[in-house]
Amino acid sequence: MKLVLHVWRQKDAATPGAFARYEAPDASPDMSFLELLDVVNERLIVKGEQPIAFDHDCREGICGSCGMMIDGVAHGPMRATATCQLHLRHFKDGDEIRVEPWRAAAFPVIKDLVVDRGALDRIIAAGGFVTANTGGAPDGNAVLVPKRAAEEAMDAAACIGCGACIAACPNGSASLFTAAKITHLGLLPQGQPERSRRVLAMVAQMDREGFGNCSWHGECEAACPKAISIDSIARMNRDWLSASVAPAEKSRSEGSGT
Amino acid sequence: MQLDARIPPGPIAQKWDNRRFSAKLVNPANRRKYRVLVVGSGLAGASAAATLGELGYNVDCFCFQDSPRRAHSIAAQGGINAAKNYQNDGDSIRRLFYDTVKGGDFRSREANVYRLAQISVNIIDQCVAQGVPFAREYGGLLANRSFGGAQVSRTFYARGQTGQQLLLGAYQALERQVGLGQVKMHPRTEMLDLVVEGGRARGIVVRDLVTGAVSSYAGDAVALGTGGYGNAYYLSTNAKGCNATAIWRAHKRGAAFANPCYTQIHPTCIPVSGEHQSKLTLMSESLRNDGRVWVPKKKGDARAPRDIPEDERDYYLERKYPSYGNLAPRDISSRAAKEVCDEGRGVGPGGRGVYLDFADAIRRLGEGKIRERYGNLFEMYERITAENPYRAPMRIYPAVHYTMGGLWVDYDLMSTVPGLFVLGEANFSDHGANRLGASALMQGLADGYFILPNTVSDWLAGTKPGEIKTDHAAFREVEGQVAARTQKLLSVGGKRTVESFHRELGEVLWNDCGMARTDASLRRALAKIPSLREEFWKDLRVPGSGTELNQSLEKAGRVSDFLELAELLCTDALHRTESCGAHFREESQTPDGEAKRDDANFAYVAAWEYAGEGKAPVLHKEKLEFEEVHFAQRSYK
Repeated sequence: MKLVLHVWRQKDAATPGAFARYEAPDASPDMSFLELLDVVNERLIVKGEQPIAFDHDCREGICGSCGMMIDGVAHGPMRATATCQLHLRHFKDGDEIRVEPWRAAAFPVIKDLVVDRGALDRIIAAGGFVTANTGGAPDGNAVLVPKRAAEEAMDAAACIGCGACIAACPNGSASLFTAAKITHLGLLPQGQPERSRRVLAMVAQMDREGFGNCSWHGECEAACPKAISIDSIARMNRDWLSASVAPAEKSRSEGSGT
Repeated sequence: MQLDARIPPGPIAQKWDNRRFSAKLVNPANRRKYRVLVVGSGLAGASAAATLGELGYNVDCFCFQDSPRRAHSIAAQGGINAAKNYQNDGDSIRRLFYDTVKGGDFRSREANVYRLAQISVNIIDQCVAQGVPFAREYGGLLANRSFGGAQVSRTFYARGQTGQQLLLGAYQALERQVGLGQVKMHPRTEMLDLVVEGGRARGIVVRDLVTGAVSSYAGDAVALGTGGYGNAYYLSTNAKGCNATAIWRAHKRGAAFANPCYTQIHPTCIPVSGEHQSKLTLMSESLRNDGRVWVPKKKGDARAPRDIPEDERDYYLERKYPSYGNLAPRDISSRAAKEVCDEGRGVGPGGRGVYLDFADAIRRLGEGKIRERYGNLFEMYERITAENPYRAPMRIYPAVHYTMGGLWVDYDLMSTVPGLFVLGEANFSDHGANRLGASALMQGLADGYFILPNTVSDWLAGTKPGEIKTDHAAFREVEGQVAARTQKLLSVGGKRTVESFHRELGEVLWNDCGMARTDASLRRALAKIPSLREEFWKDLRVPGSGTELNQSLEKAGRVSDFLELAELLCTDALHRTESCGAHFREESQTPDGEAKRDDANFAYVAAWEYAGEGKAPVLHKEKLEFEEVHFAQRSYK
């Protein structure tokens, strides 16, 4: 099949970008979208031009490295599918396809389709964990976890941190990403002791990073390659509200021991 | 070079206790004076960095991806083994140890494997405490499934995303330390060399992949958790970025490379679909719990699978290995698939595939149960192949998946360069000549959470913190070499892309040093690889410059290392004239076509020392003693 790509090219964060047109006359329906970019890139290198930079790694839809706007849709037209798992059989011969990087204030462009998603790591560092130093854990079966809680926690924990939810959101909000982690840990008994401080810290960090607020467009859920439910945002908001009205945790000195 | 495995004294069950007791400690107030560099942020690297941070050491952690959460451990599907015996089916630490030594075809170090089995139970506890959402029974207890090479159910799992969930657990623990300021994370930063001075590892030289800046980091210990070298074969189940650069550069600085020929070919991957193929996708081995593997009995049978009657199908694993059946270990299942395809009974385009059929399981358990167990895997299969595995059997074929070989380490996980530790797939230690399913996650986390944090203190206690800083001449010199090499890659000025060289190298390795190897095929590969390398340095084209994000340049550096490592891989395969585990020499097989070991001559670890450019590597042997599990022909019949 023959495809035409209009790809956003941008040298670096400081230089303005523009679309460039590339023909792919020998695309195969069995190719993944990234393999199409590989083919285009090989030809560019042979012609002495710079290949299109894009993040990718596992190409199995799990590492979360890849992601681009394909005809204005994060990860392209297939529901619950990351770019690397999108195959060309879902396009028609002769299609012209527009390819852009994630666009969000908190994701500065590094080059072409590559953006800086470091803000997501900082949201996790603010509170997206259970404090459990290595070594002190009780037996794995000491705390029972109802099957349903484990399954729902797993649904939320499936987030791959790709940033599609943010790119899809008109407000550039990281609510689905943040709420997925809050939901995962908040549903499990192991996550209870830090539940309040976690939601307060993560939401505060999200704001500091310059992400927008959630106004229930629902684009995030539609774009999510793991189909994570927007219900988790409701859970985050509820946890945040109850944590905000609860008496603040006082920091106590740990005592010097004897 | 002296190989001293430093296996602690005492009965096997007490060796780890004895080692922890004999190891020197660093008192909590002194730990903050030491700096440890951890390269790689997969299960081994992230768990090590997090744990060392918790202990109070200063840690710098490096990864080439944009976030530590992307490391390829994330893609592990099936599960993680632990000798919990929660199923009351006869499991024990000794049985996991026994299965692993046997599964590795008697080419691993007993003391290490026993420790791995002991620690396996702590790993599960730790991960549960972190909030890893393992599969549960209705009563709230942890669920288990069975896996290849074992007759007990000891595998813990989180749907088909176990690696993801374990890695996120380690990543979250790591990010917590980042937030506390105990670990400094360096994403999009690639280690390009090791600095050795005064006979010790002193630090690393890295390249910032965004700006291209080359800089140095000094540490009192360096730990590599940088994964395996399966991508030398080009097509593999590894992520595109997986590379051997860190371990290969460390090898060239004095770290012995052990058993490079032990490369695992995983039996259940989605077959190649065309020339454009950029990687292969694994279908979890757990599918073999319910899927039955078969091919038509007749050569070239082109009928649709559902039109082939039962009595014209050959369920060859069940036929050849009745007691393990479809759960025969990976090396054996892969070879059996190759054999039936070589006979002309393979299915699908090109005849390079076998069926993995769920029709019986769906009849027995219902589609709902199968969906619950493997739903995400079935979806992934359909997404890639556009075929619905609930209706027609999957087509699968073996693909390069894991490398058992790696840098040689002693019992403390220290390489032959003092102060350089190697963890996870990057070392050679626990899997012998073949790794069992669900054991890689176990080993990565054992090394990172429990072993390194206990052994590194013994090393650090004997060193003066911060002895050599990055202004030392040794760092300047290596930085200069790294910059020169980068410039050399950019200035070849040829016509061929790095991708084309990588593909060609992959074809050589797959054809001549793949599932079956012969003296002739290996000599052929050893003739081709140096000439390909020569062409690479004459005709490579890398566009762009070294002072920007340049993915072609990154890849060129990695492929140049694969081109060197591939030669060592084939040299090792040629010297080991026996068959063992995943290393199958056609000259050494039993009358019924199974791998035939030669324990009298090859019961050793082959550790290769780098002797300099253009010189033959020097072989050192670590003799393997089997006191607990006695040599036996592996049988899964």
